Amino acid sequence: MNPEVLRFDDWTSPVPPVQREVLSRLPEGGGEQPPVLFVPGLGHGAWAFEAHWLGHTAERGFPAYALTPRERGDLRAHVHDVIQVAAGLPRQTVLVGHGTGALVVAYALGRYPARAAVLSAPVLDGWAAFAAALLANPFGTLPALVGGRLRVSRRQLFSAALPAAEADAHRARVVARPRRELITHGRPPKPVGDPPTLVIGTPDDRVVPRTSLDRTAVRYGGAPLLFPGMGHDLMLDAGWAEPIEAILDWLTKELSGTAA
Amino acid sequence: MHDIPDIADRRGALCVIGAGASGLAAIKNLREHGFAVDCYERETSVGGAWNWRHDRSPVYASTHLISSRPLTEFPDFPMPDTWPDYPHHSQVLTYLERYARHFGLGEHIWFGTEVVSTVPVGDGRWDVTTRSTGGGASRVQRYAGVVVANGHNWAPARPEIPGAFRGEVMHAAAYKDPAQLRGRKVLIIGGGNTGCDLAVEAAQQAGTVWHSTRRGYWYTPKFLFGRPADQVNARLLRWRLPLRLRQWLYRRTLRLTTGDLTRYGLPPPDHRPFESHPVVNSQLAYYLGHGRITPVPDVLSFDGGAVELTDGRRIEPDLVITATGYRPTFDFLAPELIDTDADGRPDLHLHAFARKHPTLAVAGLLQADAGLFPLVHWQTVAIARWLRLRTTDPVRAAAVQQKEAARPARSWSRRRVVPTRRHWFEVDHVRYLRAVESLLREMEAA
Repeated sequence: MNPEVLRFDDWTSPVPPVQREVLSRLPEGGGEQPPVLFVPGLGHGAWAFEAHWLGHTAERGFPAYALTPRERGDLRAHVHDVIQVAAGLPRQTVLVGHGTGALVVAYALGRYPARAAVLSAPVLDGWAAFAAALLANPFGTLPALVGGRLRVSRRQLFSAALPAAEADAHRARVVARPRRELITHGRPPKPVGDPPTLVIGTPDDRVVPRTSLDRTAVRYGGAPLLFPGMGHDLMLDAGWAEPIEAILDWLTKELSGTAA
Repeated sequence: MHDIPDIADRRGALCVIGAGASGLAAIKNLREHGFAVDCYERETSVGGAWNWRHDRSPVYASTHLISSRPLTEFPDFPMPDTWPDYPHHSQVLTYLERYARHFGLGEHIWFGTEVVSTVPVGDGRWDVTTRSTGGGASRVQRYAGVVVANGHNWAPARPEIPGAFRGEVMHAAAYKDPAQLRGRKVLIIGGGNTGCDLAVEAAQQAGTVWHSTRRGYWYTPKFLFGRPADQVNARLLRWRLPLRLRQWLYRRTLRLTTGDLTRYGLPPPDHRPFESHPVVNSQLAYYLGHGRITPVPDVLSFDGGAVELTDGRRIEPDLVITATGYRPTFDFLAPELIDTDADGRPDLHLHAFARKHPTLAVAGLLQADAGLFPLVHWQTVAIARWLRLRTTDPVRAAAVQQKEAARPARSWSRRRVVPTRRHWFEVDHVRYLRAVESLLREMEAA
């Protein structure tokens, strides 16, 4: 895969600017760590990370940011939004994408040399995710085929360990209108600058089948880090602390490894 | 006096000369490919030509980009999308400073340090002699390769005009502020982008303005059909319209928008559109039409308080600004290293790679019909990949070198350009990028 040298799309019709929602939690007294930018998936916004991960990341000393990609934007516009925010931060940024947000991050990595990248429960294989959704929740999924809203059930996103009231409160905020390109997109580009990349997920995910998770991990040079018992929304489910701890431990190790 | 200083061997490290836009891109991309880099910069801050604080910076108060943002930004570090289509020079400097900070480039730059000489010592290695600009002892270090990014818009090329002139003569490089023009009788010499920008600026500030050009140029407005003109042109390039058809469309469009400039007394262009670097200026025609700019032909000589023109007219300006461009200057390199000809024109593969020295490259020595940063980005990625390949897989590197030697110059440079110094390094950005792209593909990690 070659880098995209001729970018006629951007040269002839640049993505129009929008006001972007970026939430942040900054560690006390600055610090030396690179910023971490969280990118939510379909139907989710920056709020999904604000709940737990953002604060936790800042407590561990990393400036933490979460972006809500533009409403009704296509993949190209979302990739643009991620790179705009990343390049606007003072240091080379760590990109963390969840769900279809991981797809956006995978594309962004082809254009922006991230400090490191994490693909969390990545929906890189749209067909598999679509089939899984049809199986798990046919009536919520079918309307999306004709441009309607995608409805998700509690069990598609969360484990039984999350109190039902809390799960429903999160679910009420999810407004998902999937675009066809989530399924029809091509292969994401090769990352520029060769950033260390981690793939995490859960074997009990009802959005991303295990085979598709493994395939993604192999593409990024490893095996996925697994959190059994959790639902798709790793950042909101009952055991949210475990994956973010693992991500930050991995990140700390990678950063110290290359600094030597 | 002749004691040889100790040579510090930096082993696999590379030397980058200059921390302007090209130097910064070189540091970043070489480091991204795993090289240690020492960059030497004679000024005390980054930004090169775009840093107005620098002695050698050619920018003046009202300088704006002449290529639009998407065709000017680094491909992997976009400018904020809220910035205007044609940002101001101070924004470009902010952008370069942010680029340097974002990728942590500062710690690899030795500021206030000048490169005195760069000498090959065999086996592809180089002895680089540096000296603090504040004076002091020089120092020699040995590097595995050198990337020259010293810019080509800082050594003014002054025209030789016979005779003595009583008024003030300055090169455009010395022009900084509109106050220098206010209320004066000004002659601007030069029909390039700077010359036209200054003529417009003088039209707004000075009392009387003459604009002397030697030949007719094509003046592209900055906006066409409500979009930056280069974005409109990129659309034609994307469709791969043949050059002749693009030239026809260009003429039609200009005729319908700007109209015929010869009726103001400008000479008609002596070449077809796209055969020379475009002059991008919307306002020149406007001020010609308001009679604020009087076009005049070439200058013959100075005569006391007057300037004699080739058509026999005599005008009496009190300020003459020569916007006659800059000369590429490589004081620290023996001319034969970059195959410099008698006129001072270096001959480099892709305007970047020294033909006889595989570990010597020049970044940013280009004049394009788009912004320089994207070109210099891919140029330095190619340089980095090339130097990497040489160390990891010399056999393939040799094969790539052989293949590149056979790449005809006309595949990446302009086929026909106006033969003056201003057009030496002229490239068509799409053709050039296609050539660099194919070189990158050849060097793709197997």
